[in-house]
Order: sequence, then structure tokens, then C-alpha cells
Amino acid sequence: MKSTLVNMTAVLFVITLVASACVGVVNMITEEPIALAKEAATKAALTEVLPAFDTTEEQTLTIDELPITVYTATKEGAVAGYAVQTMTKQGFNGVVRLMVGFKPDGEVVNVNVLEQAETPGLGTKMADEGNPLLGSIQGQKLENKKLVDGKLAVTKDGGDVDALTAATISSRAYVDAVNRAWMAYKSVATGVEPTDVASGATTAAAETNEPEAQEGGQNE
Amino acid sequence: MEISYFAIIIGAIFVNNVVLAQFLGICPFLGVSSKVETSMGMGAAVTFVMALTALVAWPIQTYILVPLHIEYMQTIVFILVIAALVQMVEIILKKVSPSLYQALGIFLPLITTNCAVLGVAILMIQKEFNLLQSVAYSVSTALGFALALVLFAGIRERLEFEEVPKAFRGVPIALITAGILAMAFLGFSGLV
Amino acid sequence: MSPRLRKEVKMNKLKIALSGIIKNNPTFVLVLGMCPTLGTTTSAENGMGMGLATTAVLIMSNLVISLIKNLIPDKVRIPAFIVVIASFVTVIQMLMQAFVPALYASLGVFIPLIVVNCIILGRAEAFASKNSPLDSMLDGVGIGLGFTLSLTVIGSVREILGSGAIFGINLGFSDYTPLIFVLAPGAFLVLGYLMVLFNKLAKK
Repeated sequence: MKSTLVNMTAVLFVITLVASACVGVVNMITEEPIALAKEAATKAALTEVLPAFDTTEEQTLTIDELPITVYTATKEGAVAGYAVQTMTKQGFNGVVRLMVGFKPDGEVVNVNVLEQAETPGLGTKMADEGNPLLGSIQGQKLENKKLVDGKLAVTKDGGDVDALTAATISSRAYVDAVNRAWMAYKSVATGVEPTDVASGATTAAAETNEPEAQEGGQNE
Repeated sequence: MEISYFAIIIGAIFVNNVVLAQFLGICPFLGVSSKVETSMGMGAAVTFVMALTALVAWPIQTYILVPLHIEYMQTIVFILVIAALVQMVEIILKKVSPSLYQALGIFLPLITTNCAVLGVAILMIQKEFNLLQSVAYSVSTALGFALALVLFAGIRERLEFEEVPKAFRGVPIALITAGILAMAFLGFSGLV
Repeated sequence: MSPRLRKEVKMNKLKIALSGIIKNNPTFVLVLGMCPTLGTTTSAENGMGMGLATTAVLIMSNLVISLIKNLIPDKVRIPAFIVVIASFVTVIQMLMQAFVPALYASLGVFIPLIVVNCIILGRAEAFASKNSPLDSMLDGVGIGLGFTLSLTVIGSVREILGSGAIFGINLGFSDYTPLIFVLAPGAFLVLGYLMVLFNKLAKK
């Protein structure tokens, strides 16, 4: 067809309009299934990292400028554990999201990797069962670990969390996310105002320092 | 939490090289990179367009798509933005600097379908960068693209004089060369 | 139409659909769509998922473009095609997110990048804009299947060599496999050598 300014603009406009309308309709149709799929994924992660529970109650805090969600699980009215959906932006390939489960006394039940884009075969091992990262913290109370400035750290940085072979960056990211989960757990479990994380952490464990103060060393 | 610019830049150029580690922009990588000179031209054109894309796509995502809750239109909007930008750059370049247009002109239409450009635009949103980080990320990704292209062209210029077995000629030997280059780039993974 | 002629037409249709698998194989012969080919074939399942997603987009976009080809002014042909393709990609993206979230997560950024897959725009330009809707759809089926097959083969080879498994089923030697095949260099090497093999076999 011959091109004139009028028919070019008109055709492009109509095509874009129709296309957007179609996409909009599909969005309306898929919105619910997508939400359901996400919810199902969260639920599956929760059951995996927590002891048996009936109900959960969620609250979102901001720790180091990142949104962290804490799910307080209860069984027959008593607190059964806390699951923290935590994240870091320091993965080898961007964002890593974890679900970390704590018993009420602070023991780590399990960790589930929700989202990661690490190198296949290296950093992706963080999601494998029985990997050294998980092995270093599972079934333990984090305050009994060897802490560096009040935080968990991989052996290379002076802590005692075993890193994944050839994936130091991914391991540090994992530890960073777990640290954030730990802070969130402490601020919720000890009932301190969620926004005031630094002081909340100090009440829970005296050795925890101001979180902002240590950021410098974490990027390397 | 801030990610340092140093980490973004080194990461995008070397560690997560867009071509050799993330597999974006392979078509121009295999197609254009037979001469060092043309690779440099392509690299420059891509860098320019990527920087502009970041500058335009980030505000669109943050101030239009997110507030209106139409994030799902991202792909359509971004590809249109890129196509329009490329067209605009072509027109402006033709008027303002005919000599630069002569040098870069033939590469520009190819850039719309260079998946590295759209890929970077989507990734910078996914990685939740702010505007300045996005621009730094795009530019360094483009530099990584240019680096891979030029290195590869250098190798291929030499390959032309070699006796390559018939079945290997053309794309296969190029891919195998790229594989070895990618192996070399794996060595950077300890850097950041 | 005489029965013989009808048979010939039928043959032709079959030919259109089949040529994409060997003669016009998008990966090994046309060398198109290299980015997803290298990026998503870390396992057989991922390769196949990517291939099928691309096939779906290809069939739909070929059909629609063939239907509207006479309404589009020449100068805005490419932008119009891109809008059509991008819409279908977005639709597929949302459907995958809703119904196969795990696969969607593992294919990541390569799903929206189907938009700039040269195969799709290439077929729109080279085939769908000149042929009837039915033929265009068949072309989409053929090329799409060829692409899916190639990706599945590459994915299987990489998964077997790199992780000692196929379609996630452990083959029992996963402790002795060189990881390099799952990493980036392995993608280039496996595709390169498979192409050599294809060239050798095709010549005979």
C-alpha cells in the first residue's frame, strides 16, 4: 500500500490501540491466576521453612532500604515460628530473594531460595538441598555463630559460614540476605518498632552494631 | 542499600559481559564482527543508543507504567521507544553530522533488533536500579559489547588466513572461537 | 479442482510446514535467533519451553500479519509488525506467568526478548507479508518446530554433558561432569560443534 502521512499515522495508531486492548484483556484474565500462583509459591515456601502451623500473619518492614516481609506463624494460638521473606541486591546477577524460617527461640529451621539468577552450576547451588551455606546455619542460633561486626559472614571475610565453591559473590549475597532476615526476625520477635531496626537489634543482641555503618565493606 | 558504581561498571563490562556471559546481541556479534573497524563503529552506535534508551525508558517505567499499574505493557512500550529513538538518532545524525552518519548510519537500523538494547532496558528495571545506576549500567554494558566485538573481530581477521576444515567454516568456527573467548572471560568472575 | 491438483496442493502445504525442520532449520541453516538459542539451553526442559513459547508467538504473529498485510502502508511496515509481535509476546508472557511460573522464572529475560528474536520478524517480512494466512501459519508451525527441536537437542547435549541428567532425570554420573557445558562457554562450543555435525550430515 502507498504510504501517506495520514494513513501511516492512522494505521499505526489503530494497530497499537487494538494491540493494547487485546493485551489489556489478557491481563484481566491472567491477573487472578498470576496472583494465585504467587500466593501458592509463598505458601509452599512457608511450609518448607517453618514447623507445623495453622495461620500466618504478615507484616512488612524496611531494613537497609529493602522491603522485608515477616510472616508470624501460629499454631493453636501460640507462636510456632517466624518466616522472613528477605532479599539482597548483591547477587552475581542482581536480586536474590530468600525465605528464612526461625523457631521462636531464634533457631534457623530452613532456608528456601525464592528467586535468583546466579550462574548455573555455581551460584545456583544455593538452592540445592544440603549446600554448605544452608548447612552452616540450619538448626543453629545465629547469635552463636562467629560474627563479624555483629553479622554473619563467610569464612573468607572472617566468619564461619562455608561458601559455595567458586561462588563467593553468590555466597556473600546469600549471607547478606540472611543477615537482613535475622534483623527482621529480631525486631518482630522482640516486639520492637520495626522502623527502628538498629535499636531493636541492640536490645535483642548487644553485639549487633548499627546496620548502616558496615555497608562500605560489603560491595567488594 | 546502595550498590557501588564500581561494581556495576566492572560487572557489566567484564564479569557479566553482555555477549559472552548473558548471550544478548549475538546476531550483530556474529554478523558484523569480521573487521575491527566496523566493530568499533557498531560498538559506538550501540553505546549511544543504549545510553539514550536508559535515559528515556527508566522515567517511562517509573513515572508512567508503575503509577498507572500497566507494567505488563513494558515490552511493547520499550520496543517502541527503542525503535523511535533509533529512527530519531538516524535523522538527527544525518542533519547534524553527515560524516558521523556515514560511519554509523548502516548500523543504526540493525540496532532496533539488537536484543542487547531491549535486554538491558528490561534488566535495569528488574535489578531495581535508580536512574543514574541505570545509565551507568547501560553504558558499561554497551562498552562490554563493544569490547567483545572488537576482540572477536581481531581474532577473526587472523582466522581468515587459516586453513579451516570445510565443515567448520563460517558460523561454526566463529562460535567455537567465541566459546574460547567466553572461557577467558570466566576468569573475570572473581573480580567483583 | 482435479483430484491430482488437490493432492499437489496438499503436498505443498506439507512441504511448507516441513521445510522449517531440516531445509530451512532456523538455528543450523538460517542461523537466526542465536541469543535465546545460547541463553536458554542450560537444560533440555528450558530449551524446549523456550522453543514452544517462540513457536506460539510465531504462529500467531504470522497469521495476523498475513491477514493485515494489505492494510499496512509500506513505510511503517516494520514498526507495525513489531507492535503485533510485542503484543503476542506480552500475552504469552502473562500466560506463562500464570500457568507455568517455574518455567517462566527460569527463562527470565528471554521471554520478553522473543520480540527481538530475528526469526519472528524475519518470517513476518520474508513469508507472512507475501503469503496467504493459512500458508503463513503453516510456515510458523514448521519454523517453530525446527527451532524447538534444535533448542531441545542443544539443551539435552548441554544437560547431559554438564549436569549428567536429561529433562531433570539424573543419569548417574553427575559427579564426574565438566560444569563448563552449563556455563556460557559451553553454549558456544556445543552449538558450534553441533553445527559442524549438521553440516557434515546435510552434505551426505
